Amino acid sequence: MADLLDLTVAEAAAKIAAGEVSAEEYGAAWRAAAAGDDLNAYLWTADEGAGETDWTGAGESAPPGAGEETPYGANPAAPADSGPLGGVPIAIKDIFTTQGIPTTAGSKILEGYRPPYTATAVRKLTAAGARVLGKTNMDEFAMGSSNENSAYGPVRNPWDRDRVPGGSSGGSAAVVAGGLAPAALGTDTGGSIRQPASLCGIVGLKPTYGAISRFGMIAFASSLDQCGPLTRDVADAALLLGVMEGKDPLDATSVGLDGAIALPTREDLSGLRFGVPKEIGEAALDAGVRAVFEATIARIEELGGEIAEVALPHAEHGISAYYVIAPAEASSNLARYDGVRYGQRVAGDEDLVTMYEETRAQGFGAEVKRRVMLGTYALSSGYYDAYYGQAQKVRTRIAGDFDAAFAEVDFVVTPTSPSVAFGLGEKTADPLAMYLNDFFTVPMSLAGIPAISIPAGLAAPEGAAAGAPGLPVGFQIAAPAFGEQKLLEAAHALEGALDFAAAAGDAAPWRGGARA
Amino acid sequence: MPELEAVIGLEIHVQLATRTKMFCGCALSFGDEPNVHTCPICLAHPGVLPVPNEEAIAYALKIGLALDCEIAPRSIFHRKNYFYPDNPKAYQISQYDIPICGPGKLGDIRITRAHLEEDAAKTIHAGSTGRIHGSTASLVDFNRGGTPLVEIVTEPDLRGAAEAAEWARLLRETVRQLDVSNVNMEEGSLRIDANVSVRPAGSTELGTKTELKNMNSFRFVQRGIEAELERQRGIVDAGGTVEQETLHFDPTSGDLTSLRSKEEAHDYRYFPEPDLVAIVATEAMIAAARASLPELPAARQARYEGEGLDEAQARLLAADPGQAEYFEAVLAASTAPEPRVVANWVTGELTAALRGAEIDEDYGSPTVAPAALAELIGATAAKTISHGSGRQVLAILVETGEGDVAAIVEREGLAQMGGDDGELARIVAAAIEGDPAAAEQIRNGNGKAIGAIVGVVMRETKGRADGGEVNRLIREQLGL
Repeated sequence: MADLLDLTVAEAAAKIAAGEVSAEEYGAAWRAAAAGDDLNAYLWTADEGAGETDWTGAGESAPPGAGEETPYGANPAAPADSGPLGGVPIAIKDIFTTQGIPTTAGSKILEGYRPPYTATAVRKLTAAGARVLGKTNMDEFAMGSSNENSAYGPVRNPWDRDRVPGGSSGGSAAVVAGGLAPAALGTDTGGSIRQPASLCGIVGLKPTYGAISRFGMIAFASSLDQCGPLTRDVADAALLLGVMEGKDPLDATSVGLDGAIALPTREDLSGLRFGVPKEIGEAALDAGVRAVFEATIARIEELGGEIAEVALPHAEHGISAYYVIAPAEASSNLARYDGVRYGQRVAGDEDLVTMYEETRAQGFGAEVKRRVMLGTYALSSGYYDAYYGQAQKVRTRIAGDFDAAFAEVDFVVTPTSPSVAFGLGEKTADPLAMYLNDFFTVPMSLAGIPAISIPAGLAAPEGAAAGAPGLPVGFQIAAPAFGEQKLLEAAHALEGALDFAAAAGDAAPWRGGARA
Repeated sequence: MPELEAVIGLEIHVQLATRTKMFCGCALSFGDEPNVHTCPICLAHPGVLPVPNEEAIAYALKIGLALDCEIAPRSIFHRKNYFYPDNPKAYQISQYDIPICGPGKLGDIRITRAHLEEDAAKTIHAGSTGRIHGSTASLVDFNRGGTPLVEIVTEPDLRGAAEAAEWARLLRETVRQLDVSNVNMEEGSLRIDANVSVRPAGSTELGTKTELKNMNSFRFVQRGIEAELERQRGIVDAGGTVEQETLHFDPTSGDLTSLRSKEEAHDYRYFPEPDLVAIVATEAMIAAARASLPELPAARQARYEGEGLDEAQARLLAADPGQAEYFEAVLAASTAPEPRVVANWVTGELTAALRGAEIDEDYGSPTVAPAALAELIGATAAKTISHGSGRQVLAILVETGEGDVAAIVEREGLAQMGGDDGELARIVAAAIEGDPAAAEQIRNGNGKAIGAIVGVVMRETKGRADGGEVNRLIREQLGL
């Protein structure tokens, strides 16, 4: 059994396709693992069943209407052993709608909601033979960097249960790192895939804005939200991206990637130029994280890559711009949750308006309310130009910084997160400190460019006693828009040289280390 | 005190008659069972996204071109945020600072803009107030929610209630002929709001305006504006100032009630809709829209007036393109066309004959072939038959669908009685003989007395005689 769970997605799919591994046995092993979730990482698992539309692979029979055309395309096909993901169960962040399966976006206001349709990204996975293994916990409406903003309780980091897994895709990162899923789907608005991937020691890819359809991804900040994979290695990220990318007639902002994504094979970095933003020198960064970053830069050079200094002079304003734009869009996107058509309703004693007010007051958590208020203010008449307008200008400048950098280098590299996983409750009292987690990831989101976080080493938390066990440190590589293939090739080559799995050794939770 | 001048601008919402809604695949409908034309997208379920209706964009371009608007090469959608049960997303997708159609004009009235947006759902608030506050329940029908709308905004160029209603009719007729909307005010596919203010005649400044909402007929538009102008003039005459507010006109009572004042005005928090990309109106799209435009009422009326039709006749025909095409077909089939005479026959005699036969005419497949009517008009013009006989032939054409005018004239013996065979002269002589008193009066210079003898002749000839010829013969026989 343990052998099966050690396979990467690409390996497992190949073995299933070759008949060496049975899809049923493989799926059952993962369902059993998911059922043993002790990280509070799943909000729903396939074993709970989905009633009428059980197309998870857990049920005996094919789902009703399987393969039929719906207004949103073909219904997910019956369980199949074929397709590039034939028989592979995948964990899905609870922000993606799944027909008939509870979908909450980590919020109380959507408790009990079973969507009438399935997100395009999930539909593409299942059409490629994948099964939905479970829905993962997350910060409410993807607002957070620690997963502590979930209405369903925080997720624990499998490397150290007293620490956060990062967020907002904390559940997705924890299930992959914790051996509860072979791969997971997440969303990234300002770092929500990359930062938890970094804190959990796995690979997280945020593709170019528009590469994967947003249809069925519950909106947080529409101009920034992008879906992507959280996986054990870069090849799996490429595999999932290749299945999910594409222009979707249901998403007017989707464009897809030009051409199929191939599994990366590159093993050296010769002829590639990596730009290190000079601003990193002064950035607030844990010493351990800085050490791993510098060691990784050295490793790039050993692989033949060239290191150059680049300037991202406007990136320091990224957080400020992000925390205007994202809440502004969120204030509008979240206005639909009124208790009338779906989700939780708190009946008002007096009238309709009271019902609206009570539903929203009780349904939303503190961070969501904070951002709705911030965003509403930023869009108000008389303040729009000073806040939203100004933030959009900063956004344009940051995109310009990257354009200038990419004229000189192939990639821009940074640490993914300024620190390793921090303790549960450590930053909850200080929202601004929490927001700074996104310092290195937000600029790429604002520019709409692809970026990947790969695990690069271990570092002890700042201020920890000597000899304290190390925690994962992520290394971020960003590429020009639609440069995913090249990005994946470089990440793959670096991943091979870093050999994080070997470096982590028995400490890696999926090997039974911290989970034992 | 100087006279107060009315200053009026209109905002017109036109529901587009596309096959599906503006941003989803649900069918458009009117009068169906509530909430049957809905889907996760128009019900604003979590995670859904809008995709613009291509046909609606093409229709908006047609409207823009018909109103002589500048077409924006690149226009964008905005979100207009407001919280109301008829608006499930809590924002309406509309256009704000860059509408698809910019400045234009229709007649003498300048168009500010015409933009695309989506309609709200229908709501009914139960309870004593009829408003959302204090209601015990609100019923919502989402069938209408998401219907494509074009909102047309005019400059404040209208100077009176009657002028506003008249111009609105021209706009309705223009949009109707584009075949992009049912433009039915009762069903709400055409909705008119008016911005009304007054100012001292000759002033160029604008007074404080009020907005009159949803007057659902042209008559109510006129009456509502009249009532509001009277109210505003009363306030100003009494030395008061008009407050900016939104008013509802009740046509039954004639009352104007305030819906909301400036203090309660919404802050819609407009921002660019991030779920949509810009509408890029390509040369090809604009050319296609332009090629599909029919000749519009204002242009057609002007052309007809140039051809000698009087204004009323020209407007009548221009307002009914089917009848106008028919008119042109008759004109084309005529050997010696006289547009004014043909127009009289088409809008007068033919319309009366069709009405008499209770026919709801479809000019696409006309009851009377254009060639037949052309022949008939030609025969009366050449005095081969009299006007009265012509009317009888027309009635037969309408009733039987026959097409051979000459055969009908022959069969019914309706050929005009000329002077050649002397028959008409004999009937005239007999009539004079039968009324010596009248004959005497005529001889003594009483011209009016001739009517009595003409009447007898017409009766005897069953209207086949030409009135002028009868007059000439009477006078000739009396030696005058």
